[in-house]
Amino acid sequence: MSKILEGLCYSESHEWVKVEGNVAVVGVSDFAQKEMGDITYVDMPAVDDEVSQGEEFGALESVKASSDLISPVSGVVVEVNEELEDAPEKVNEDAYGSWIIKVEMSDPSELDSLLDAAGYKALIGE
Amino acid sequence: MKYYDKLVFELSKEGRCGFSLPLNSFPSGAELPAALRRESALELPEVSEPDVVRHYTNLSQMNFGVDTGFYPLGSCTMKYNPKINEEVAALQGFAGLHPLMHAGLTKGALRVYQEMNKALAAITGMYTFTFDPCAGAHGELTGLMIMRQYHMMRGDLGRTKVIVPDSAHGTNPASAAVCGLEVVEVKSLENGRIDVEALKPLLGPDIAGIMMTNPNTLGLFETQIEEIASLVHGCGGLLYYDGANMNPLMGVARPGDMGFDIMHLNLHKTFSTPHGGGGPGSGPVGVAKHLEDCIPDIRVSGFHGNFGVILRAYAYILALGRDHIRKVGQYAVLSANYIKESLKDVYKLPIEGVCKHEFVFDGLVNDGAREGVPGATTLDVAKRLLDYGFHAPTIYFPLLFHQALMIEPTETESKETIDAFIEVMRKIAAEAAVDPEILHGAPHCTPISRPDETAAARNPILKYQDA
Amino acid sequence: MASLPYLPHTDADVRAMLEKAGVKTLEDLYADVPAKFLKKGPYALPPAMSEQEIREWFSSLEAQNARLKVFVGQGAYDHYTPSVIPYLTQRSEFLTAYTPYQCEISQGTLRYIFEYQSMMCALTGMDVSNASMYDGPTAAAEAMKMCVSCTRKKNTVLLSRALLPHVIKVVETYAKFHGVTIGLIDAPEGETSLKALQEALTEDVAGVILPSVNRYGIVEDHTGFADAVHAAKALMVEYCDPSALAVVKTPGEWGADIAVGDGQSLGLPLCYGGPYVGFMAVKKDYMRKMPGRIVGQTTDKEGRRVFVLTLQAREQHIKREKATSNICSNESLMALWVTIYLSLMGPEGLREVNRLSSDGAHYLYCELLKTGKFDEVFPSKPFLKEFVLKPKEFPGLMQKRLEEAGFFAALDTEEGYVTFCVTEKHGKAEIDRLVSVIKEG
Repeated sequence: MSKILEGLCYSESHEWVKVEGNVAVVGVSDFAQKEMGDITYVDMPAVDDEVSQGEEFGALESVKASSDLISPVSGVVVEVNEELEDAPEKVNEDAYGSWIIKVEMSDPSELDSLLDAAGYKALIGE
Repeated sequence: MKYYDKLVFELSKEGRCGFSLPLNSFPSGAELPAALRRESALELPEVSEPDVVRHYTNLSQMNFGVDTGFYPLGSCTMKYNPKINEEVAALQGFAGLHPLMHAGLTKGALRVYQEMNKALAAITGMYTFTFDPCAGAHGELTGLMIMRQYHMMRGDLGRTKVIVPDSAHGTNPASAAVCGLEVVEVKSLENGRIDVEALKPLLGPDIAGIMMTNPNTLGLFETQIEEIASLVHGCGGLLYYDGANMNPLMGVARPGDMGFDIMHLNLHKTFSTPHGGGGPGSGPVGVAKHLEDCIPDIRVSGFHGNFGVILRAYAYILALGRDHIRKVGQYAVLSANYIKESLKDVYKLPIEGVCKHEFVFDGLVNDGAREGVPGATTLDVAKRLLDYGFHAPTIYFPLLFHQALMIEPTETESKETIDAFIEVMRKIAAEAAVDPEILHGAPHCTPISRPDETAAARNPILKYQDA
Repeated sequence: MASLPYLPHTDADVRAMLEKAGVKTLEDLYADVPAKFLKKGPYALPPAMSEQEIREWFSSLEAQNARLKVFVGQGAYDHYTPSVIPYLTQRSEFLTAYTPYQCEISQGTLRYIFEYQSMMCALTGMDVSNASMYDGPTAAAEAMKMCVSCTRKKNTVLLSRALLPHVIKVVETYAKFHGVTIGLIDAPEGETSLKALQEALTEDVAGVILPSVNRYGIVEDHTGFADAVHAAKALMVEYCDPSALAVVKTPGEWGADIAVGDGQSLGLPLCYGGPYVGFMAVKKDYMRKMPGRIVGQTTDKEGRRVFVLTLQAREQHIKREKATSNICSNESLMALWVTIYLSLMGPEGLREVNRLSSDGAHYLYCELLKTGKFDEVFPSKPFLKEFVLKPKEFPGLMQKRLEEAGFFAALDTEEGYVTFCVTEKHGKAEIDRLVSVIKEG
């Protein structure tokens, strides 16, 4: 069983969002990290890059696979988790403790289109 | 095979030398200005000639090759590499030619290109070939450039998309992207062929063409090729043929006759030149007559392509001649069907029927899974084959099946070798059914065991100095 | 007709296998191919030849090629090949092996590629090398694509006009279809002009490709280039002759981000242009944007040092259209060739090759000027083994005389110069003979 945290928003492409004021903290779900297996690299955008809801902003890589990271919100990247550059395994160890990017949202109403914990639980069917 | 641990750097000892050069008889030449001189130390090994010979001989003994044993590698056509071809390619009259020598000095080399052009045109039904591309993917890229050039020369500038089936080799979409084309995927049907109904709505004035592999990567002939060709041509697009799977058609059928406008061949697959541990290859591109004028402006390699590889392939074609070429295709297909029918009770065959030169299993019928013990996967089967002296098949490709295991025997393997392979494959299936752990731990008899690939990717050590 | 010894099936084998396959004839195996596409009648190919006939045929073709002493470079250099190299590279465990995806039975290939990568890093002064590419010009084209993908929203790459002509042509072809704008930087004094570069460094410039030793044989001075390029947030690519890197300033020392070139000068036969071996080495920051295969070190279950293909998530078989490149096959066997060459030569051997070549070239340069048949083009510019001169007469006649005397030399260039190249294969006596042929005309 994958861990799902209450109080976060989830996208159908398995990213989670924690809202801190006008900033969306974005990571991937425990389900997603399990599906990927051992993550060997997190490809992240640069600070000041623009991201759009539904568009890719980076990728998770394992030895034999690469999976796009899809932005759950639109806005400007204000911070990236540099710790993951040298320690991508942190996403495997604690998916919710290992945020990937922080986005200054341009349209917070986009959050309404995301799933809550119960909705995400239903999506992954666990 | 035995494990040998050294790197050449570790044999180095200051003052040793492995070279022998003439004495310098010139008056001392000009020194480079200090600002242009290398300052950093040059960290190359200092070893003697015997050190070098023994080191690389030891390395070679950790390698498997076609001369060692059977490679059932799907879509890679690992056939026997004739030895006369090597002798031909090493002839000083060819090996000593400078690429910028004019035609009057290179008549023999130019004759090789002319004869190869005629032979490949006869074999494929194409009009003419360019020999510049150095590999299959390089040929794909060149072919797509020709496709775009054709549309551009006609002022038809809106054709920016290319259709690629979901079963295609990964190089197809990658080549399209390098060529500045957007990839549109077309799905396969349950029977493994392109879904013609799904293709129709994709066609339009933005389509540059379609890339097809025929037989496709499931080893199945695209039976509706005539309709596909007429639909794609009808919308103004061109048909590209990925020649990776040309071997079953050798001497039997020709892409040019099926409506293909552009194709590449892999001389290192279909035409017997050695793979060399991953190159050099050669990927000549053939075009139909109406595309002849699109070639000249496209320059994809430094000089004339991999001439040394082309020489080898030409020697192979001379050995085949018109007399034997048909047997290449037929025997390759025969051997594949023989293996398929001999194993389909223990490996899942997702699509029944006659295949061409290769076919795909979708894992074991009984993978031995039980409470607390996961079943044996395709990777496990592949690794266990190494223990029995066979190379692994192509695995996890095509992407249509989760446990894909793609087998291609080629025409140069004897029935005895193929029977031995079948026996081992059955033995592995039996092992899996009884105790999948044997397979999980495989290989057990190779110079090394399974490596930690995750560590390699997380903390890359990519040169001696990093370690 | 000659028999074909590569096909082991006997008639009895064929019958037994057909039966198991569930068909009656070999033709039945093609029942799914529409009849109209089955080739009727014989193929327009020559009759099958026996091995003896093949050998004789190639001897007759070989005899139609001229056998000349090569005094031309321009991207293909006639350096000496120690006999150890063909001896070892012909070992069938290397020659007939597949790409080393099954690492447990490919440690030989993987280890030499790791050694090759280490040596290319040592030569170029860069951090990471890939496992090889097709040739120098395609490596430059891949570097051009990399510049665009590593920078943001930039789409122009500048090439020096002093790059070898075939490099410019290939990069331009790739750029045209990849949708990248190419700008050319002038080299008025025989080397790339920093001033011209600075003027061309607009906001849209993603990268600049410069020759280390250029088409005129001149060793370029790139002082200040890296600062200018990096100030414009672009990448600097150096196209190098790896043999010369034993003595000239390295791409790493000049501050380049990417080094590319052709490994042919490291003992590969001329072979009418191929197979050669392109190389690419980069600064660590760009490691994951690099095309091609890469070998890395790790351990197996017993903790032994082993080697694997790594960082594969960049590649076409995983990323498909999003891969860093479509490259799949590289030039592995030629990388082995280079690795053995560099093992034999070591640092001192490679420096000596440069000394012999350069001393020979400077001797030839002086002797040619003494004939009075040439003018200097770029006096006082430093060169190593290759140089250009301006002929006072139409070069065609001179070339013809040289060919008749057994020399391929004085090749004319686009600019109306003639180019010469000397390697360690050419002694003083041979050069004197060449000069006397020119003098006599």
